[in-house]
Order: sequence, then C-alpha cells, then structure tokens
Amino acid sequence: MNTYFIKRFIAMIITLWLIITGTFFLMHSVPGSPFNEERTTNEAIQKNLEAYYHLDEPLLVQYGNYLTALLHLDLGPSIKKSSQTVNEMLGRGFPVSFELGFYTLILAVISGITLGIIAALRHNGVIDYLSMSIAVLGISIPNFVMATFLIEQLAVNFPIFPVATWTSPKHMVLPTLALATGPMAIIARLTRTSMLEVLTQDYIRTAKAKGLSPVKIVFKHALRNALLPVVTVLGSLAASILTGTFVIEKIFAIPGMGKYFVDSINNRDFPVIMGTTVFYSAILILMLFLVDLAYGVLDPRIKLHKKEAK
Amino acid sequence: MEKILQVKDLQVSFSTYGGEVKAVRGVSFDLHKGETLAIVGESGCGKSVTSQSIMRLIPDPPGRITYGEILFNNMDLIKLKEPELRKIRGAKISMIFQDPMTALNPTLTIGEQIMEGIMEHEKITRAEAKKAAVEMLQLVGIPSPEARLKQYPHQFSGGMRQRIVIAMALVCSPDVLIADEPTTALDVTIQAQILELFRDIQKKTGVSIILITHDLGVVAQVADRVAVMYAGKIVEIGSRREIFYRPQHPYTMGLLQSVPRLDIEKAELVPIPGTPPDLFSPPIGCAFAARCKYSMEVCERVYPVQSSLSNNHHVDCWLQDERAKKLVSTFV
Repeated sequence: MNTYFIKRFIAMIITLWLIITGTFFLMHSVPGSPFNEERTTNEAIQKNLEAYYHLDEPLLVQYGNYLTALLHLDLGPSIKKSSQTVNEMLGRGFPVSFELGFYTLILAVISGITLGIIAALRHNGVIDYLSMSIAVLGISIPNFVMATFLIEQLAVNFPIFPVATWTSPKHMVLPTLALATGPMAIIARLTRTSMLEVLTQDYIRTAKAKGLSPVKIVFKHALRNALLPVVTVLGSLAASILTGTFVIEKIFAIPGMGKYFVDSINNRDFPVIMGTTVFYSAILILMLFLVDLAYGVLDPRIKLHKKEAK
Repeated sequence: MEKILQVKDLQVSFSTYGGEVKAVRGVSFDLHKGETLAIVGESGCGKSVTSQSIMRLIPDPPGRITYGEILFNNMDLIKLKEPELRKIRGAKISMIFQDPMTALNPTLTIGEQIMEGIMEHEKITRAEAKKAAVEMLQLVGIPSPEARLKQYPHQFSGGMRQRIVIAMALVCSPDVLIADEPTTALDVTIQAQILELFRDIQKKTGVSIILITHDLGVVAQVADRVAVMYAGKIVEIGSRREIFYRPQHPYTMGLLQSVPRLDIEKAELVPIPGTPPDLFSPPIGCAFAARCKYSMEVCERVYPVQSSLSNNHHVDCWLQDERAKKLVSTFV
C-alpha cells in the first residue's frame, strides 16, 4: 500500500510539472506583455520594469527561475498589483472561495443524490419526470442567470436575503444556491441513471428475496454500487467549485479566487496566471487522488495496492 | 403426505409493447413436506415466472398475477401485502437464483449478506447471527468459515459462491426452498457437488424444495416428483419413476428422447420439431398440438381434460381419452 502512495505521489508531481511547463510556455507565446497598454510608456521605463521582473532574460532562464522559486512555494510577485505577492492573493481569496465551494458541494451532493434516488425509485412516475425536468433546467440554465433570478426574487422582490457580499451566513445563501444548481442537476441525473441500472441487478432481487425492507435494499445494497459514477465526476466538479467561480463571485461581490483567474489573463500578469493555474491543478490532482481512494472504499473489488503487482 | 404449499390455477401476464404475454396460464401443483419437486421445461415455458410468483418477486410492472391462489400455511400469498410478504420471504420461503456470480452484492462481505437475512427476521444479536452464519457456512461445506465471513464475493469461485447463496437462503431455516436453475451456471463436477449438497441439506433440515431446471439429468438425480411445463401450463406431473419410465405426454417423451442416454445402444437423439407457441395469443387447444406427431383434430380445438393415471401421476393429453387410439409407446 505504501509503495502505491509513493508511486502515486511521484505521478502527481510529474503531472503538475507538465501542466506548469505547458502553461508557462503557452503563456509566453501569447502576444503582449504586462506593460504594453494603450498609453505609451517611456521605452527606458519599460526596459527597467522588464529588468526588474526578470522578463528580459531568456525564456529558459525565466522558466528555471520560476521552478526554483516554486520549490520554495514562492509564487512570485504580482506585476499589476505591485504591492502584493501571488501567495498573498491566493491566501486571501482561496479561503473565501473554499467556504463557498464547500457549502455548494455539500448542498449539491446531498440534494442531487436524494433527487436521483427518488427519481429512480419512482421511475417513469410524476416525481421522476418532475425532478428530471428540474435537473435539465439546472444543467441548461447558466449560473449567472440563476444568480440574477435569485437576487431578483429573494433579495429584491421579497427581501429575505441580502443582495451581495460575503459577511454573514445569511449572505451565503444566495451564492450557494446559485452555484449549486448546476452540479446538483448533474449529480441527480447521474445518480438516477446509475441507480436504475443497479436496481435491476440480480443481487437486488436476492436482497428482496431475503425479505429486506425497501429502505435497506436502497441504502445498503443499491446506493453504494450506484455511487461509483457519481464519485467519478465529483473529483473534477469539486476542484472547479472549490477554487472559485469568476461569474458568481463577481455577481455577489465575493472576494474569492475566481476574479484573479480572469483578471490575470486580461492583464498578462504572468506570475498570477501561473500561480492560479498551478494552484488549481494541484487541487484538481488532489481531488482525483481522493476519488481513487473513494473507489477503493466503495467497491472492494478495486484494490489500490493490486495495481503495483502488475 | 402433508401439503406445505399449494398453487392453484396460477396465471401470470406481462404487459409489453407488443401486447400482453400470458407467461403462466393456469398452473396448479402441491408441494409436500420434505420432498423435492422438479419443474422442467424449455426456456420461456414459464417455470421461472411460476417460481418467482410464489415469492411475489415478479417485477410489477410489467408482470402481474392475474388469477389463482398460492396457499402457504393457510395464507394466500397472492393476497398478502408487502410488509406481510417480507416476513415470509427469506424466513419461510427462500429462493436461490441461477447465477451465483451476480446474485451476491459485490460491495458487501458475504458474512454481512448471510447475517442480514437472519437479523431481519429474528430478534438476535450480531454475535448470535455471526454464529449462525458460521454454522451455515459449515453446513454448505465452506472451509474455515470464520475467516471467510469477512471476504467479498469476488474472492470466491463460482461453486463456492453458489454454496454461499444456498447458505444465505437456508440461514433462517425456511420451510420451502425454491431453487431456480441452481446449477445451470456451474460446470458439471461442481454441479454434482451442489446437487449432493441439496440432498444432504434436505436430509438434515427436512426442507421442501422446488427445483426449477431444464436439465433432466439434474431431475433424475434429486427430484422426488417432476412437473413438466410447456407454454405456461403443467402438462404432466408425477413421481420421478413415473415420468422417466412411463411418460404419457408426447412432450415429456420428446424431452426424454432428446437427452443422450448411456443405457440404450444406438439410441439416437430425437429433436422435437417446431418451436413453442407464441404466448401473445396462445392456442385454444393443447399448446403442443402443432408439434405433436400424435396430434388429433380435437387437440387443436379443446384443451385436454386432466387424466389421472394414478394418485400422483396426472397428464393433460387427449391420448388418454378412451376414444383415442391407444398409443404404442415407442419409448422404453
């Protein structure tokens, strides 16, 4: 088992390195730099600035410097917001994004799986059609439409919740709802499909023949088997939700990580682009690793340490 | 002999896009205490549907028991509500399914799967349930049962899994065990072992067994009585001896002739020509008439009345009528 973890860890590092390398060179191959804006800067000043940020050095040297700094977990300074380092920006933004993402995930997973189970049990019934219509709506309505709709209804027409910002639990309700509908719908549909398949399996009939109650059949025998595909999508879903979504954070004026992603690209703020990408990738890789661990827990046939025997 | 289960004129239909399929069209039989009744017939003759109807496990929709009675301990199982049925399923009547590879839940230990049945029906502690499970595994011949309780189905071979399925079915010491093709998915050596196990268990526990199979070899080994099904009806029922040595229905004869035998020289396998009737619109008369070489005019028009050759040998065939020509049995 330990060798599995070591191997896996090395693979994760290599993946991360590939992503860093790819992003670094892609980013520099895009025309433009942090300093060419519409207003013309004095050439000498621009030279000085480039020298200050080591942008005048050969690309490979810059790449080497970046990797060395990264080994010390130093993501570098922001070029546009000169008083801040990328570490500071992420340190401030990520906890907020994570909090929003965490509530969103919990809401999406619980309600999604519940909806999916109910729909599967009432297959082709009214509840099934109803919850699947909700799911289709949830998938097809973009979350910014959902967000503005929620604000209009629950903050303006019926002022139950505040319109924006992220200060008290009450402020968290609308953004969480808006962000959760999409993932919830995806999870609900997946759960339903996979549950329907599992419910036709022979071992479910065996469980019925034992005289077990429907509750036990669904939760003990069916759900665990039905959750595998759900767990699969949950990995990448979690990574993207936890690291913040630009649109929702913008609409609700939430000081999360999402805005740095987008701003940094517009600004050609190289260290911030790299920093957010590296951070997002690290979270994604970690989530995928957790998903693999969850497989082993859910399905005893998947033995993680067996892989190394091959 | 005491009747433990009586099935009376059972009729089961399935609604499909093509219309209503009458899978079981009036099946009646009794199961006596401690006996093994084999129900034989080709694929699609309704034998599995019959057995699953007894447990009320027909998926509804599309399946539906349209008529009949299933009497068990003076209760009509067809009239019972789900919660009452659950008290019978697994506790009084158990079922073994065909494929041991898929009949066990891959994500639960076999100990858990055996124990949950007994814990559902009896008020016992987990430790007692575990003890019962260990005893059960010993009974079905699984070595070092204590250790194997913690294992998952994929860690067992096919034959072992079927033993576990049998242990699971017997853990509450049911009165009736329904085995739906229990050996079909196994190879012949394992098959012989499992059949041996059935006889052994019956001797020890006195359970009555309904054995669903299409394999006459299996029937010959374990059955006390045999019911032959064709197109949703039992066409002949009798003791094993009667069915094997004095078959009366042309279909039973056909079945026996299509099985290889070692005791007759130069015995050629004789297939039964034709195909079973379409159960969307089953024939009015004898369903076998179209394939029967002794078929008479009456066969296609009127369903034969049941003739009794003895107390326990009944056959639905017009050849038994005194007006019919006496059939010179070509069958030894």
